[in-house]
Amino acid sequence: MGLLSMAYVRRHWRTWLVWLLLSIGAVAMLLPFYWMVITTFKPQAEIMRLPVTWWPNTFTLKHWQDAFRVANFGRYFLNSLFITVAIIAGNLLTSAMAGYIFAKFKFRGRDLLFILVLGSLMVPFYVPLIPLYDLMVRFHWDNSFWGIIIPYLYSPMGIFLLRQYIHAIPNDLMDAARMDGANEFDIFFRLILPLCGPALAALAIFALAYTWNDFLWPFIVLDDPKLYTLPVGLARLRGRFSADYGLVMAASVITTLPLLIFFFFAQKRFVEGITMTGMKG
Amino acid sequence: MEAGTKHKSIQWGGRGAFLLATLLPLGAAFLLFWIYPIAAAAVFSFTNWHGFVSQTPFIGLANYTRAFQDPIFLQALRNTIVFVLITAPVGIALGLLLALAINRAGPLTQLFRTIYFVPVITSVIATAFVWRYMYQPQFGVFNQVLSLFGLPTQRWLLDPGQALLCVAAFAIWQGVGFNMVIFLAGLTTIDSVYYDAARVDGANGWQVFWKVTLPLLRQTMMFVMVTTIINGLQVFAPVYIMSSAIISGGESAPGGPMNRTLVIVVYQWLMAFKELELGYGAAMGMILLVIILVATLLQLRWLRARWDY
Repeated sequence: MGLLSMAYVRRHWRTWLVWLLLSIGAVAMLLPFYWMVITTFKPQAEIMRLPVTWWPNTFTLKHWQDAFRVANFGRYFLNSLFITVAIIAGNLLTSAMAGYIFAKFKFRGRDLLFILVLGSLMVPFYVPLIPLYDLMVRFHWDNSFWGIIIPYLYSPMGIFLLRQYIHAIPNDLMDAARMDGANEFDIFFRLILPLCGPALAALAIFALAYTWNDFLWPFIVLDDPKLYTLPVGLARLRGRFSADYGLVMAASVITTLPLLIFFFFAQKRFVEGITMTGMKG
Repeated sequence: MEAGTKHKSIQWGGRGAFLLATLLPLGAAFLLFWIYPIAAAAVFSFTNWHGFVSQTPFIGLANYTRAFQDPIFLQALRNTIVFVLITAPVGIALGLLLALAINRAGPLTQLFRTIYFVPVITSVIATAFVWRYMYQPQFGVFNQVLSLFGLPTQRWLLDPGQALLCVAAFAIWQGVGFNMVIFLAGLTTIDSVYYDAARVDGANGWQVFWKVTLPLLRQTMMFVMVTTIINGLQVFAPVYIMSSAIISGGESAPGGPMNRTLVIVVYQWLMAFKELELGYGAAMGMILLVIILVATLLQLRWLRARWDY
């Protein structure tokens, strides 16, 4: 292989040094995931035995069965899926509509409203947390999916992203459609929306990563075990099941794997989307 | 309003109808789910609010004076600041270092970027549980590695002196890939003309980094610093998952041992949702909000004074 030939190494020793150091770091990044997966296949006795085994002496699927039977992680997966899909769909529609009017319509108070929407990005979530939960209790949306989905239907980040994107679309396109007698809803759904592909993809990825992993709000709102999302169900294992490491690790794999699979297939888009939106996990 | 967009009546399918169909729900949601709760938090922080959906008598500044006389709150404040003072500088420096290294990794750039980014998109709850297990004193991986090298084993999360450091180490591992990706994006915006010019002037690698790369990354650095510190001040999930010792039959409250990992948001959550001291919880939120605003403004000023020319 060309990369391994002595001449190449001599010429590119700096690159090799960088690779060596990055590889050591990469092992540190991935070790916890290896440990997560390998632990799910060890019997409890082996998990709690010294010396630590880097490969299971005895394989077991018991923890995986427990995750779906004792704890209800199949159900939590479907709950997470439903909430995530609903929020992504809502975010895409509301952000595109709001982004469109902020970019292309003129109305009184537009700039002030836009600044307010942007400003809400700066306010940390725990500030409105308590009154927002109080509001959910008053609406009887506590302990229901509504309490998770409705307050998240609008994404200030999404509105900002789509406004910037739609701003760059030439007005001539819309004027031409209007000349042809198209109504405004047709223009939005048939003309604007299809043009927003890349921005919508970035927003969908941001909303996916954020909603799938979102913890504090669902943790507070959802009380009924039938409604738990994956991170909430996992966190609720703390306590009674804390010492049941195999089960906790199997549940952790179930929680992380769907998003990781998605990530490996759409890596480039993913990193671009996260960079574009400046999401923080 | 411009003449061209003015409408005498709102017609189905017209601009006015679209505007209304968009603005009404947006405005309602925005008022209800953002403006109202933020304003309410400010108002309720001056009340003796106990229990949801209840009447609330005003008690003036009592919640605020209580906070600054509450030794547990002060401990939580101190822990939060220490946590940020560890995670922010280390996380930012490591993120920048990684970005510079990965930028020079040639054909392996994509591979390394992917690997270091994995913890960013995995659930913090899941990874915090793994780390908690790896920190386990009797059969955890960390002690196994230490004894492999003949070093004394540690009590990690159970040691009051080490627990916060252990959570901070996890947070750095979890978040460094995010900083890296942002710095990588920043590095691609630097025109190679600057590097060529520096090289013509005979600058060495070290000088290029301090005089060219770092100043040109100012905007990126500003963004990374502000988000890292804001997120550090709001840490919740890692502490909730990692900081609990099992007491027979149940689980101790998060923040242990001896409140040494108790951070503000965890204490706020305990007070509001476990003790139903909602007014007090709201006041803590406002105090943290002020801290975040001051920290952000200070950073913006500092960065501007340092690198604006």
